[in-house]
Amino acid sequence: MLDLDDIQYILLNRAPARAGRYEFLSFASAEAGRAWLSALVDQVHSVETMRASIADEKRWVTLAFTWNGLRALGVDEAALATFPEEFRQGMAARAEILGDTGANHPDHWVDGTTDPDLHAIVLLFTRTVEDRAHYQEELASLLAASPGAELLSALDVEAIPPFGYAHDHFGYRDQLTNLAIEGSGDAPTPGSGGLLKPGEFILGYPDEHGPPAGRPQPEVLSRNGSFLAYRRLQEHVGKFREFLAEHGETPEEQELLAAKLMGRWRSGAPLVLAPDKDDPKLADDPQRNNDFNYKQDDPFGYAVPLGAHIRRVNPRDTAASINRHRMIRRGATYGPHLPDDAPEDDQERGVAAFVLCASLIRQFEFAQNVWINDKNFHELGNERDPIIGTQDGTLEFKIPTRPIRRTITGLPAFTTVRGGAYFFIPGIEALRWLAAGD
Amino acid sequence: MAIPEGGFFPDDVEYGRYGPIFPKTPACYGFTIVAKIIPGREEAFREHGRTLEKAVKDQPDILAPLELHYLRWVLFEIKGETYFMYQGIFDTDFDKYTEDAVALFSQSGISTVFENLEGFPADWKTNPEAFVEFVRAHHRPSFLEYGEYPYVSADEIKKALRVKHLFSQMLDQMQ
Ligand code: HEM
Repeated sequence: MLDLDDIQYILLNRAPARAGRYEFLSFASAEAGRAWLSALVDQVHSVETMRASIADEKRWVTLAFTWNGLRALGVDEAALATFPEEFRQGMAARAEILGDTGANHPDHWVDGTTDPDLHAIVLLFTRTVEDRAHYQEELASLLAASPGAELLSALDVEAIPPFGYAHDHFGYRDQLTNLAIEGSGDAPTPGSGGLLKPGEFILGYPDEHGPPAGRPQPEVLSRNGSFLAYRRLQEHVGKFREFLAEHGETPEEQELLAAKLMGRWRSGAPLVLAPDKDDPKLADDPQRNNDFNYKQDDPFGYAVPLGAHIRRVNPRDTAASINRHRMIRRGATYGPHLPDDAPEDDQERGVAAFVLCASLIRQFEFAQNVWINDKNFHELGNERDPIIGTQDGTLEFKIPTRPIRRTITGLPAFTTVRGGAYFFIPGIEALRWLAAGD
Repeated sequence: MAIPEGGFFPDDVEYGRYGPIFPKTPACYGFTIVAKIIPGREEAFREHGRTLEKAVKDQPDILAPLELHYLRWVLFEIKGETYFMYQGIFDTDFDKYTEDAVALFSQSGISTVFENLEGFPADWKTNPEAFVEFVRAHHRPSFLEYGEYPYVSADEIKKALRVKHLFSQMLDQMQ
């Protein structure tokens, strides 16, 4: 059984939020950090309180800390040393491994996430944009009341039209694959990989390999915690649309090309099940929209190209020990919507995403290094993930088609990394322990 | 391809998740691990040979995730002490599939063989970092590697053989 009253809600649930705000904080002293944390900790929902209050609640708060942040709050060096190497180094130091080179390099990140004084992140999600204005004030006054706790930067996120379903600026429907974790009460939908072991995502539980091992110390700090990789990914919508127009003559061809890059139609319908024609009804049906595999259903990639986004980030039955490399995904879009017929306006817009996992190196970094950015993934030779891979205009994208495949050369970068950091997301008890400082 | 001492080209070191990656040569990626065995454990190695043979027989694609060409296991003596040499040639850098290799080895029983080497970390199953460290510490990089069919992957070879097979079938059909 999971400690649902202790695990922060975001690990198992998505808030029904249309808006939100991420705040990046720094503490001048342990006292400052603890005073701020003590004042805020009661607002953090566990899975249990979140589920119980979901009908009426208007705002959801999540707290997480960098390694430096744990030190700033007074965690001692011996305990700090028990945290995994990649977390201690931080995301920016892992740039080469993650593929954050060229325009994606941390030198160009805009939100202060590479600042060694970045200590904490507050994720505020609110039911409406108006609620955000209100609760943002509350966070601000809390901060003002804790001298020495400072705001480094902030990012407002919000859903973009049409509002009926979650989607990104490119227009792809998202939030279709949801992992179900043993003991969470969630039932897996067909194709989502069955019930996954909690220790793959939450510290202190058995994982696919066996009983918990090598947890950071002290246990009161690590129990029910997890790691969070933050990625601010700018989406170049104008360039994306130009690309579709350049390589597809008709709107139908353009839609198909968009689908090939992702592995799903923009409606969300999976190409494996709807290879030739979009099927929005299929997309809407959680019993069917994820119920597919690759090895038998599409071995050569005639439906989903071998290098398409969803085939890389979850190769399903074509990867070894797949359940050791799964990730919980959360996040939201930021920046203004670019209407279909509007030209690029050079405003920054994109996805501010989180990956949650028990091991950054085995899950998030593995995905970035082995799946997303390995040019030779599935023997493709000269490709990276067309949506989030590191692209410099020299790579290609191959679309298996009978009788011969189509190769698009000179793929542009549709996204750029603009910020990122690794955080530890403690359980509620651990938050109180940190706040008390004993 | 001649390889500098230490195994890396100093101007062109690529980093993987667990540190620098040994370079790809015309003979693909690979390692040569040489380590002293715990005295008296020779039989455990031979037993391991039988275990792995059976594992592959039962499930021919069991090692597929490692993208291998060849593995070779050798025991030899120096001054009355027994050493173990383990040489692998494969298509991807070892770093990429470290965790998968660890998982796979523990399933197929390779655990027993490494555990009979001096200095092998006891917690290797849950500590891939320590596993990688051991491998690095005992890897003797080549100073020269050659490939008669340079840079060709096992997958390409398997595809070529399949094409040859299908082609001869086609010719049969035309008789
Ligand atoms: C601009 C950034 C991104 C966009 C637009 C994007 C878009 C999408 C979409 C539309 C889906 C299909 C919907 C679904 O399966 O729920 C998806 C799935 C997925 N994405 Fe991304 N994504 C982005 C970044 C990332 C990143 C940074 C990661 C992790 C490193 C990631 C990992 C995944 C995974 C694991 C899936 C589920 C695949 C499956 O289970 O079949 N994505 N993404």
